[in-house]
Amino acid sequence: MEEKKALFEYLLRLGDDSLILGQRLSEWCGHGPILEEDIAMTNIALDLIGQATNLFEYASSLGVDKRSADELAFVRYEKDYRNLLLVEQENTDFGYTLARQFLFDAFRKPFFEALSQSSDQQLAAIAEKSLKETKYHLQHSSEWMIRLGDGTDESHERIQQAVNQLWAYTEEIFEQDQIDQQLIQAGIAVDLSVIRASWTKQVQAVFSEAGIDLPQNTWQQKGGRQGKHTEHMGYLLAEMQFMQRAYPQMEW
Amino acid sequence: MSQAEWPLFEVFIRSKNGLNHKHVGSLRAADEEMAIQNARDVYTRRSEGVSIWVVQSSLITASDPQDADALFEPADSKIYRHPTFYDVPDGISHM
Amino acid sequence: MSQELSIEELEKRFQEKIDAEIKIEPNDWMPDDYRKTLIRQISQHAHSEIVGMLPEGNWITRAPSLRRKAVLLAKVQDEAGHGLYLYSAAETLGADREETIDDLHSGKAKYSSIFNYPTLSWADMGTIGWLVDGAAIMNQVPLCRCSYGPYARAMVRVCKEESFHQRQGFEIVTKLAQGTPEQKEMAQDSLNRWWWPSLMMFGPSDADSQHTAQSMKWKIKRNTNDDLRQQFVDITVPQAELIGLTIPDPDLKWNEERQSYDFGEINWDEFNQVIRGNGPCNKKRIEDRRNAKENGKWVREAALAHAEKRKMKKAV
Repeated sequence: MEEKKALFEYLLRLGDDSLILGQRLSEWCGHGPILEEDIAMTNIALDLIGQATNLFEYASSLGVDKRSADELAFVRYEKDYRNLLLVEQENTDFGYTLARQFLFDAFRKPFFEALSQSSDQQLAAIAEKSLKETKYHLQHSSEWMIRLGDGTDESHERIQQAVNQLWAYTEEIFEQDQIDQQLIQAGIAVDLSVIRASWTKQVQAVFSEAGIDLPQNTWQQKGGRQGKHTEHMGYLLAEMQFMQRAYPQMEW
Repeated sequence: MSQAEWPLFEVFIRSKNGLNHKHVGSLRAADEEMAIQNARDVYTRRSEGVSIWVVQSSLITASDPQDADALFEPADSKIYRHPTFYDVPDGISHM
Repeated sequence: MSQELSIEELEKRFQEKIDAEIKIEPNDWMPDDYRKTLIRQISQHAHSEIVGMLPEGNWITRAPSLRRKAVLLAKVQDEAGHGLYLYSAAETLGADREETIDDLHSGKAKYSSIFNYPTLSWADMGTIGWLVDGAAIMNQVPLCRCSYGPYARAMVRVCKEESFHQRQGFEIVTKLAQGTPEQKEMAQDSLNRWWWPSLMMFGPSDADSQHTAQSMKWKIKRNTNDDLRQQFVDITVPQAELIGLTIPDPDLKWNEERQSYDFGEINWDEFNQVIRGNGPCNKKRIEDRRNAKENGKWVREAALAHAEKRKMKKAV
């Protein structure tokens, strides 16, 4: 594949992860468990939307096709979104939201660390900015995992349950295909097999302090990078794309 | 009714190096780490700070405003503590 | 040390301080009614910020561009922050935040009735910023000089941060007013729905306002409801004209003599009904807030329990 096209595809994957998780988190705005945490979650959502914007703008600037950043974000079919299944999972409760966030942050931090060394300077710059944000996100979600895991009996049970449910979407994080391989060889993309150890270490350390058991289920769900999503995705998009679908081709 | 409420913390922010930490308000948090993070999210959304102090409000001892006369007015008469109290001859600078 | 002063003497000294524009601080002596009035007003104000997050929060997930989504998120988040500053100010008067919030949830405490109207289109995000925040700013700027220090300081912060809120709203409406016929209609429809409730935001007419006189004497309040309402109309009407929208008031006309706009009669029945809980969204708004608190209970308890455990570990 032409390198530009591969990069475009890669940017969509990263952008979609940020966008869809930002969309999910933003559902909390106004409904958080306490005012301070409402504000904190919105900050994280804002960071993620900002990352998505940077990534889509870069993708759009490559000139692979004529779509703007907003069109990339809002006017694709479900099967054309490339995000991990993990990030599209429903908020369910604060425990699920936090567990989802933690499993993702623990991946994103080493990922952006590595990506900030990318030979593609623009991508490296986006990664460097995102890394600062992500370090904070990981600190926030790690501390909450520990509070919930080592809090009350109820919170322990809830967070363990959330982790058990979401575990099936963790293997996919480290899936790589030809696009990854091509861009890794060009020094642009991150070799996910290399950062996996860092993710595992962080997850184990936090789980251990939180008293959360590592789930034993080995059966894993995959397909997000190929556009095969879970049932939640359609509803998320129906809401997110409402304006574009109801009033096509207008500017806002 | 909520029985166990998170304790109240007072928040102090240094807006840039070279300046004192200044009281900006309060918030609730379950522990000190959370108080710092919450302070960051609540009080520095527009880059208002480079350093944060938090202290549980109940740990602060304040002077009693009823004693303000006795505490602070005696200082008003000690004008010799201020440089403008002294005459310096014309032609002397840097003093 | 302090000798015992009579209440009359304390009240006299208090009023002298107010008249001399000396701010009252948390531990200073203050009349019970001053404290009560402030707690009522500040917590109502805080509740308004928090409940006010909901009608706009309703559109965050549907915002039509990345930029609009980020701006709206940031704005609604600011409102949470403002609520927090205000609850903090109320706490300095001894009003426990959670108890204050429980009063909101039980219906005992009020909040700005404008937030009991529904947000039905994207244009409402613009109109709320333009009109509702516009009216709020007009109410809030004088509060920066309020006699109670912590409230005044909170308001300085709020006003500084709110300056972008009205602009982003007006930008949304302007974009629509200059857009396709559908967009323009969406903007006009939104203005039609929000205009009158916005005027009601300034509260009852001075003649019917229970609190105005005493609050002005205490310098909690600096302008009357009717004055502020008139200012709002005078500023807003030309803005609407400039972008080609029509204010939905057949009686609206320029009064050369007063150098102000005359405007139609406000439907105070509607105002009173909404305050009494019969607005389109009263129940939904309170239910949302109550659910947030109820669903977050286990989270707050867990954090507290964990903090306790850690303290114990440290102590060992």
